[in-house]
Amino acid sequence: MGTVILLALTGLGLAALYFLVASGLSLVFGLADVLNFAHGLFLGVGAYGTWWAAGNLPGAGPDGLGFVFAVAFGVAAGTLVAILVELVLIRPLYSRTIEQVLVTVGLSLAGVALLQATWGADARPFPRPDWTRQVTGILGAQVPNGGLLLIIAAVLVLGAILAFLRWTRYGLVIRAGVENREMVTALGIDVRKAFTLVFAIGGAAAALAGALGGVYFGTVSPGQGGSLLIFAFIVVVIGGMGSVVGSAYAAVVVGLVQQFVNYYGTSGLGDICVVGLLAVVLLLRPQGIAGKVATA
Amino acid sequence: MTVIDAPRAQVPDELSPQRGRWHRVRPFLPLVALVVLAILPYSTISLPGIFEGPVNSPGTLQLLAICLIFGGLAAGYDLLFGRTGMLSFGHALYFAAGVYGTDILVTRAGLPLWQAALLTITGGTILAALLGAVALRTVGIAFAMVTLAFAQVGAILVARDFGGLTGGEEGLPLDVSGLPAGLVGVTNTVNLYWLALAYLTLVVFVVHRVSGSPTGRVLAGLRDDERRIGVLGLDPYRYKLVAFTLAGGLASAGGVVYVLIVGGASPHITSSELTLSLLVMVVLGGPGTRWGPVLGGVLYMYLDHRLTAFGTSDAVDNLPAFLSRPLSQPLFVLGTVFILAVYFFPGGLTSLAPRLSHLTRALRPRSPR
Repeated sequence: MGTVILLALTGLGLAALYFLVASGLSLVFGLADVLNFAHGLFLGVGAYGTWWAAGNLPGAGPDGLGFVFAVAFGVAAGTLVAILVELVLIRPLYSRTIEQVLVTVGLSLAGVALLQATWGADARPFPRPDWTRQVTGILGAQVPNGGLLLIIAAVLVLGAILAFLRWTRYGLVIRAGVENREMVTALGIDVRKAFTLVFAIGGAAAALAGALGGVYFGTVSPGQGGSLLIFAFIVVVIGGMGSVVGSAYAAVVVGLVQQFVNYYGTSGLGDICVVGLLAVVLLLRPQGIAGKVATA
Repeated sequence: MTVIDAPRAQVPDELSPQRGRWHRVRPFLPLVALVVLAILPYSTISLPGIFEGPVNSPGTLQLLAICLIFGGLAAGYDLLFGRTGMLSFGHALYFAAGVYGTDILVTRAGLPLWQAALLTITGGTILAALLGAVALRTVGIAFAMVTLAFAQVGAILVARDFGGLTGGEEGLPLDVSGLPAGLVGVTNTVNLYWLALAYLTLVVFVVHRVSGSPTGRVLAGLRDDERRIGVLGLDPYRYKLVAFTLAGGLASAGGVVYVLIVGGASPHITSSELTLSLLVMVVLGGPGTRWGPVLGGVLYMYLDHRLTAFGTSDAVDNLPAFLSRPLSQPLFVLGTVFILAVYFFPGGLTSLAPRLSHLTRALRPRSPR
């Protein structure tokens, strides 16, 4: 019983990580039609920003309020990079989708190489508060605190994004833009501001995933974002592109399947099952579990 | 299906461009290039700065052979991206299937090379047909993500080393004892170079024949407007699957040649980064053009190899750290060049020639009429 609960909670921790990456990816895709390959870079910037701040910034550190400060710095750095990427690289290619995707591909190659050039290719130990190394006993299972922190953060982010989308004016514009961008533009609303906003939100969520993922894994390396990104893509497709709630459901399913099959089957089998799940979902419901009916 | 050629439009003489002798020679240029490439190993010229040793040294020939392979791979990938408009992010899978398939059949099963190659290419083609049949149920970006996910399974299978077949992170060196003597050893690099050249020629020939055929016109129609093809009563799914399968088969054939040249398989060729590189090659060269993808592939691989040497050279080491560190990363330079190319040369390298000719025409003094 303890094993099952432990696996469920660590699986949910992984799901939280996927959700944090996938939510921004899904919103950007739904609104701007851009498959953002540079999203892993935002994650890397968040992780390295937190790591750097904990070591170098006065007032920040691996413990207590200093750690909160370090994470805030990492998230701010990731958000800033996301906004810059949107303004400088994505916006000039407005509604030329393929070119926008190509630019993010180039950025993902160059950005990861830049991280590697600055801090080396090897994984670095991540500064984490002592209490995240410990475990909490829940129903007879010893659950690592790092995973619980991720789950709490993901639930808070999900709530915040949903509240923002539901009750603010910009949320309304974004929801309408995901539904039908041309119509929103025709009504005289500047969708471009919404683009920047969505990139900023996505960048912040990904950077938070980077910082907390560093706590979860204990290390930070330049390639970390890229390997998470592929599963985040799968989560986005299964969840239905443009749907934050769909991403949340899909992240939970993917995280749990991966964790349980990897434990009870051989290592690596879970990852393959996830792709099998993707194929099944596409065969039965090509638009994803919460997606609209696909149009061309 | 009969095709009636429309009568040629009458163009006033003053509007038609000057046709010099150049135009009569032009159709034979690819043949000339092929002959030059074929006899290149006989030359002993050394080009300092461009290659490390003389042209016929094994090191240079191996680099050239790898460049040619990737020229062919990029041309095959362009059949999907540039000519049919399918953005596949899983093309590395079929190349890796060629590499690992041959390696495993030769090294672990002890088959002779020709049997291993035949089985591998057949298997790679069938794999492409099966996965394409599932992935093509989606369109556009979803298709890109699905192909990426399938390729990721390949990467996981290779990295986790199921059944001890692939050697995991270590890779799998090719067992050369069963290979034909002419393909083994440093002195025979020249034969591998010719093999790579033959592969490139084959891919270019196949891609040109396909894109010139009625099927190719349907593929171009799919790229421009898929609904129009559907309205014509043709099944887009079937045509796309044909292109996908063909491109997959060509990629796995490339893998067979690549494993011979490199002498083994390593897991990095299964990574999604390789497909992204193929995309970069095609876009750098010029998607949907005759020679663009080939040029892009050759240039990319050349730069990728040479920039590593350049990055560790003294000239770069002496620069301040904020410059020398990024410059020592080939992917940083290539990614930056790629982003600039997307902005400033949307048609890739092949669009440079017409642009330059406009420029030279503007600069040239007007001749009196």
